[in-house]
Amino acid sequence: MQTLLFLILFPILVACLLLFVKRTTLRYAVVALSALVIGGASIYLLMRYAFEGAVYFAAPSEAASLAMVAIEMGLALFIVYMGAKFRNYLAIVLAVAQAALVVYLETTFPGNLHAVNNLFIDQFSIIMALIIGIIGSLIAVYAVRYMETYHHHHPEVRDRQKMFFFVTFVFLAAMFGLVFSNNLMWLFFFWEITTITSFLLIGYSETEEATRNAFRALVMNLLGGVAFVVALIVLAATEATSGGIDLARVLASGDAAVVLIPAVLIGFAGITKAALMPFSSWLLGAMVAPTPVSALLHSSTMVKAGVYILVRFSPVFAGTFAGFSIGLVGGVTFVVASAIAISQSNAKLVLAYSTIANLGLITACAGVGSYMLVWAAILLIIFHAVAKSLLFLGTGAIEHRIGSRDIEDMEGLIVRMPRMAVMMFIGIAGMFLAPFGMLISKWAAIEAFVQVPFGLVFIAILAYGSAITVFFWAKWMGKLVAVTRNQERVEKGFMEEPWAPLYIITGLVIATVLLFPVISSTLIEPYVLAIYGVTALLGQANVAIMLLMMALLLVLPISFLLFKRSAKHLPAYMGGRTATPDLHFAGSLGLTREAQTRNYYLTEYFGEAKLFLPGAVVCTVLILASWVFAGVAL
Amino acid sequence: MSTMAFLKRSPWILHYDASSCNGCDIEVLACLTPLYDVERFGIINTGNPKHADILLITGGINTQNREVVRNLYEQMPEPKVVVAIGACAATGGIFRECYNITGGVDRVIPVDVYVPGCAARPEQIIDGVVTALGILEEKRAKMAGAARMKDEVRHAEQAGEST
Amino acid sequence: MTWTWLIGAVLFLILAPIAGGLIAGIDRKITARMQGRVGPPLLQPFYDVGKLFEKERAVVTTAQNFYVLAYLIFIALSGALFFAGGDLLLIIFAFTLAHVFLVLGAYAVHSPYSHIGAERELIQLMAYEPMIILAAVGLYMVTNSFYVADIALTTVPAILYLPGVFLGFAIILTIKLRKSPFDISTSHHAHQEIVKGITTEFSGSTLAQVEIAHWYENVFLLGFIYLFFSWNPVIGVVAVAVTYAAEIFIDNVTARVRWQAALKSGWLVAGALGIANLAILSYMMLGGA
Repeated sequence: MQTLLFLILFPILVACLLLFVKRTTLRYAVVALSALVIGGASIYLLMRYAFEGAVYFAAPSEAASLAMVAIEMGLALFIVYMGAKFRNYLAIVLAVAQAALVVYLETTFPGNLHAVNNLFIDQFSIIMALIIGIIGSLIAVYAVRYMETYHHHHPEVRDRQKMFFFVTFVFLAAMFGLVFSNNLMWLFFFWEITTITSFLLIGYSETEEATRNAFRALVMNLLGGVAFVVALIVLAATEATSGGIDLARVLASGDAAVVLIPAVLIGFAGITKAALMPFSSWLLGAMVAPTPVSALLHSSTMVKAGVYILVRFSPVFAGTFAGFSIGLVGGVTFVVASAIAISQSNAKLVLAYSTIANLGLITACAGVGSYMLVWAAILLIIFHAVAKSLLFLGTGAIEHRIGSRDIEDMEGLIVRMPRMAVMMFIGIAGMFLAPFGMLISKWAAIEAFVQVPFGLVFIAILAYGSAITVFFWAKWMGKLVAVTRNQERVEKGFMEEPWAPLYIITGLVIATVLLFPVISSTLIEPYVLAIYGVTALLGQANVAIMLLMMALLLVLPISFLLFKRSAKHLPAYMGGRTATPDLHFAGSLGLTREAQTRNYYLTEYFGEAKLFLPGAVVCTVLILASWVFAGVAL
Repeated sequence: MSTMAFLKRSPWILHYDASSCNGCDIEVLACLTPLYDVERFGIINTGNPKHADILLITGGINTQNREVVRNLYEQMPEPKVVVAIGACAATGGIFRECYNITGGVDRVIPVDVYVPGCAARPEQIIDGVVTALGILEEKRAKMAGAARMKDEVRHAEQAGEST
Repeated sequence: MTWTWLIGAVLFLILAPIAGGLIAGIDRKITARMQGRVGPPLLQPFYDVGKLFEKERAVVTTAQNFYVLAYLIFIALSGALFFAGGDLLLIIFAFTLAHVFLVLGAYAVHSPYSHIGAERELIQLMAYEPMIILAAVGLYMVTNSFYVADIALTTVPAILYLPGVFLGFAIILTIKLRKSPFDISTSHHAHQEIVKGITTEFSGSTLAQVEIAHWYENVFLLGFIYLFFSWNPVIGVVAVAVTYAAEIFIDNVTARVRWQAALKSGWLVAGALGIANLAILSYMMLGGA
């Protein structure tokens, strides 16, 4: 238990320390050191508890719970203050409503708000802790250098780096708390902290746009928060049958119908946090934040809290119509968000849409909730966190070098920044290509959906969705690998800077593929087995083939040695026109013109304007349907 | 390997209209029709210099296309041959006195076979291509020989180094 | 049992280029006859590839060789997995990986024609992928296995349960075989609007590798067709031949369409034929259970 408490409290300590650190070098030292400690502690956690199944801890309760309620009230006041300052009254209303509900809950059911065990750990929590502890702290390390350059590039933004790193580490603490909490009141507390930290970090640059988007994120997440409290009230009111606010007891509760309503409400909170449609707009708006924030909160960790809770509750959802419609919300989001990603050329928006899509896919698995799907969902969480954080960090680093985050401007990156391009290549491959992680999960999901009644809907969604996914990733990859001529190599000096986090995460993308049979057998399968009594297994032969493919991919670049000799280099064919290697040619009237290649964005078919609204409407209907189904089941 | 000589059995063609009146072009395309069906000999009209072995040019060189003809020729991988189709491609033909005409194709690139006629008949064109195949084969043999010699020299050097 | 899978894979790796080349030769012969021509010798595809290996090595960028080699290797790998009786979904994903390599090769050369070819190839990929996945799922629903080994040995006439899926698959097969009306990224025919599209900048042995990969691919795809009829090998072989003949016919009587039409047809057949067929099938199975 000490490790758990340490992981929650230590980041807070570091956060407070960072409030007083001004110099970048010193800050770097502190952050790097604490990243090492946090990462080490999460690995220790893995070694200590991986083989023990779920372990519960009583943990101090009275004082902690009281403090949490006090902090929640304080945060509500803070939101009211911010809302008043920026005239966002919806935020005020929601914050007040939420606070009122919490007070109602505390005063009406004081006897039912005790969980026997406040903290717990099982394999799923370990996985989440590893993601937070390793990926999260690596991103924090990256952020130190990034923020320094960021302020260099944006002199107009007020330097609030102390606040920035304070909030970042508080966020890490909250995430640890969230995945270790067995007491749903605690879980809710940490949930709210992540909402506030996200709000603060999105608004970091204090521009009008940033503030507006920060409030949008806040409002949508508060909406989920309100649903969460209502769920807690329902649980507390039906304590005898539902198991109250004790997560383990709720999940084990025999009375599925009673638990379903709070599960759907908490699921709704998860949907808002995971930015599924119709709430996707907050995550897209959150892209105005500095890139490490996008990587940390809006792809690898915080949004994963949303799907974490959904996956936790998936045994409750399994086999119910309510769960099925929540799954459909995810499925529709997956296909629509992927499709919109085709029409985007802003790298961060592509990443954002793809994040939304993948969270949708995880939700689809969680909502339908058969044992194989839970297995696939957890795999998706792992692989997505690793690959996507790499892509975000890479995009940030590239933007600082070439001054653009437009995919078109990344043309020829393999020439200009070879190492960076290779890392991006690996990251993108991790998102959609065969031996890499995301694809394993999609594959498992297809095999699982076939066996579910009405799973055909999801099969169709996956079939179209993965086709779309291939399109938008492959064309980005294509831009990166184009061998352009006469372009300056701008990587020099870049790699001397400490970009160790990028290297490490690139290594992790490959390592997760090579190690995934181990990850699956030591962490995911025992978890699924403990809950469902059966577990998914990938055929040995298939695992061997995947590893063979991976090995082939790693070996293939050696073939470059074969090609070096004796080949004659010809310029690209330009319809017979003589052209310079960088595609300048003599046009008519003696003018020199340049041929440019641009990707297809197919806006007419996949544009935001065309797809977003219908997707949002369908998802809204499905969410309402999930409530109706839950009500009917009662 | 080098004695197999597939090249003769699979000549792919790039057809370029330099400044022809289209008369010869029609005849070139006629070769592809069922009546003459040059695909019998494995001949394919590729439309891409990178894939082509034989460059068929109709019409003479003018100021505009001089660069283009040279570019097309350079884009073709060795071994390759050029067949000038018709009087204009050979000498500039009836256009040779025009202000913009430089003359025949051989003003810009080396021509291996000249097919006479105005317009050249399909039979003549096919005959020209078949003649070109012989030259193509010669070039290939020469190229293979040169490559082999280069290899031998390299092996000898390596052997020298290792001793 | 344990080693039979290896035999299938090895036989495929050795025989598929021969079979694929012969099929291409027959294809060209039949096409010529349909157009009232004599056509090239049966072994012409082999002469072509042999010729390409004789040509000088010329590249725009060295990297293109790498991507094309990877394309060839992964196409061969996915075919080998298929004939080894492997998991159909894994095979499809390996197949996609292979094509992504080809596309990357075309991007790498940074040439306008290649670029458009690459984009169109991706559109084609997007157009046919749903139907291929649905076909695999359909075969699973009938035979209860994703393994080719099991599907091939089934006694159930899959085609009777999956007529829509089969038809849909036959339609996207046109895209895969690079035949009209869907040969938008590159084509066997001489005249097209983007030079040779995705293969424009590949020449000599690189182009030969693309061609060999295409042979591997065709044999694999015909094997996929066979799965629909595998309960009776004779009917299966006949069906494969008839399907391929129909593809040649379609190739010769249609004109190339625009990419919009290719995408729409690919998705529409997947939706209308594939999903509808599977929906009816799963309804029947629910009713039966």
